[in-house]
Amino acid sequence: MGQPLLEINNLQTHFNTERGRVTAVDGISFSVEKGEILGVVGESGCGKSVTAQSILRLFDEKYTASYDGEIKLQGEDLLKLSKANMEKIRGNEVSMIFQDPLSSLNPVFTIGFQLTETIRIHQKHTKQEAYQMAIELLRMTGIPSPEKRIDEYPHQLSGGMRQRVMIAMALACKPKLLIADEPTTALDVTIQAQILDLILELNEELGMAVVFITHDLGVVAEICTRVVVMYLGQVVEEANVEDLFTNPLHPYTKGLMKSIPQIEGNRSEKLNVIGGTVPALTDIPKGCRFATRCEYANDLCKEKAPDLQLHEGHHKVRCWHYADIARKEAVEHAIPTS
Amino acid sequence: MNAVEVNANPKRVKHDLKRQERALWLRRFFSNKWMVTGSIIIVLLLLLAILGPKLTPYDPYKMVVKERLEAPSAHHLLGTDNFGRDLLTRIIYGAKVSMWVGFASALLSSIIGLAIGLTASYFRYLDNILMRICDGLLAFPAILFAIALMAVLGAKTENVIIALTIVFSPEVARIVRSRALVVREETYIEAIRSQGASAARIIWKHIAPNTISPLLVKATFVFSEAVIVEATLSFLGAGVPAPDPSWGNILSDGKDVIYTGWWMTVFPAAFIILSVLGLNLLGDGLRDLIDPQSTSK
Repeated sequence: MGQPLLEINNLQTHFNTERGRVTAVDGISFSVEKGEILGVVGESGCGKSVTAQSILRLFDEKYTASYDGEIKLQGEDLLKLSKANMEKIRGNEVSMIFQDPLSSLNPVFTIGFQLTETIRIHQKHTKQEAYQMAIELLRMTGIPSPEKRIDEYPHQLSGGMRQRVMIAMALACKPKLLIADEPTTALDVTIQAQILDLILELNEELGMAVVFITHDLGVVAEICTRVVVMYLGQVVEEANVEDLFTNPLHPYTKGLMKSIPQIEGNRSEKLNVIGGTVPALTDIPKGCRFATRCEYANDLCKEKAPDLQLHEGHHKVRCWHYADIARKEAVEHAIPTS
Repeated sequence: MNAVEVNANPKRVKHDLKRQERALWLRRFFSNKWMVTGSIIIVLLLLLAILGPKLTPYDPYKMVVKERLEAPSAHHLLGTDNFGRDLLTRIIYGAKVSMWVGFASALLSSIIGLAIGLTASYFRYLDNILMRICDGLLAFPAILFAIALMAVLGAKTENVIIALTIVFSPEVARIVRSRALVVREETYIEAIRSQGASAARIIWKHIAPNTISPLLVKATFVFSEAVIVEATLSFLGAGVPAPDPSWGNILSDGKDVIYTGWWMTVFPAAFIILSVLGLNLLGDGLRDLIDPQSTSK
């Protein structure tokens, strides 16, 4: 495959808070190949968004945040770039779309103004050229009658439309990588499907890689090729999407899978939940980070943190007992309980 | 179907849209009766200040001892003052001074306040320094502070503007800062940052316009406050110096003859009240009008 488009090595993102320094992302490593859609999943507070924003270095580095490790974009370490050079990367090489399209556009400007501005930050075009390009971008993202829409203000558009505008903006400079931070969470299901189709389409047409951050495993199954599962600032499992869904290894991933409501079968059955909540970042368990909520945890888990180890192929998992658990489950399946 | 129509003549559609938008703004403006009232008062006062000096046949400085303290009549519409000068003419020239001082200090303190507020909100290390200085300045009562500044600067119309700008800039800065602090945390600022915008572009192009509506409202109130403070300073003899007419120093002259020449107190006071009332009505109306979220109503 050669050099991956994006390679993250042992990334740590620290924040200075009133209660001291916390490490929201602790030693994450993954890579994104050209044209691939990588899913990053995990529940709220596990560091997905922080990872996304760290890639673009969006946190205030003077006071609140600091980074360790490497984020290599085509071999170049973004964490070593100067502020000005980083601004050239943002929106140009790597773009981002956000969770809440309702507040991602500046209410005082027309969408046309905001689109042309983004185009003109990175490319030398006259206002007219940029304006025409903006219309094309809006058309590409499936906004009906873009000539008319372009002069409207964000509040005149629906949520789905605004997310399309955000995507148009992110695509303005044909970035090689799009980071989508829960782009469909705030939208209703039909619009969600449309936006996902759009992202898939653009991924195929433009060959743009996507890092898709979500807590929705259904969405992951639909569009991603590979998945990284995060828990409390660490990668706990990484696999191709088929492997992850057919053979989840980490107890946390298993828990996530079980907690998807099933439409078939006995619906009076209670939904499976993972007990407890994600521990606070100021209070990270000493051993395995999931040990406090894991039904398989024993003394080893509580004492010593496991490493991310290769299971087979590209399937990696961070668990002491994943092999035992898999064996036990295989036996349970072999002997039906009734 | 619609799209085809639009493709056929996008220019016309855009033109229509602009017109619709303008119509909407006008309708919203006229639906607010108080704001219309305020605007009319201010427009009339401005016209009076600009055109009045050309219309009046009297010289505001020329004293006619024989005609001193005449009651309002057809000859002198608002009567004459204690030096026999036409009171209406003096008030018209005073309006010029008051409007100019009010406008200039509102404009200057808006610009300075905007710059300070935005800087403080975006560069956190300057925030404490700038805001503590502002707090210090705000700790003085406006009038007392202005008197002190005038004592240092000397009584002159330009100095009144400078003093009022120093007095009111911190107030504007606080408002701009608090609005900017909210705006800078908005997702759209993060979004434009993720598109590669520089700090200067974010501050001036994206945060600044979002602070304009509270700023504009504040500016009209600063305008009206400046009119009051200028009148007070002139009344106390620390503002616009003597032969130049100002509503404040006409009032001050009038207080000595309040029993014999009530008109010298009543009319300039009425103008002060009217202008402040007009500006406040305008400011209130602007606040409702500008808020982008209230377009739908």
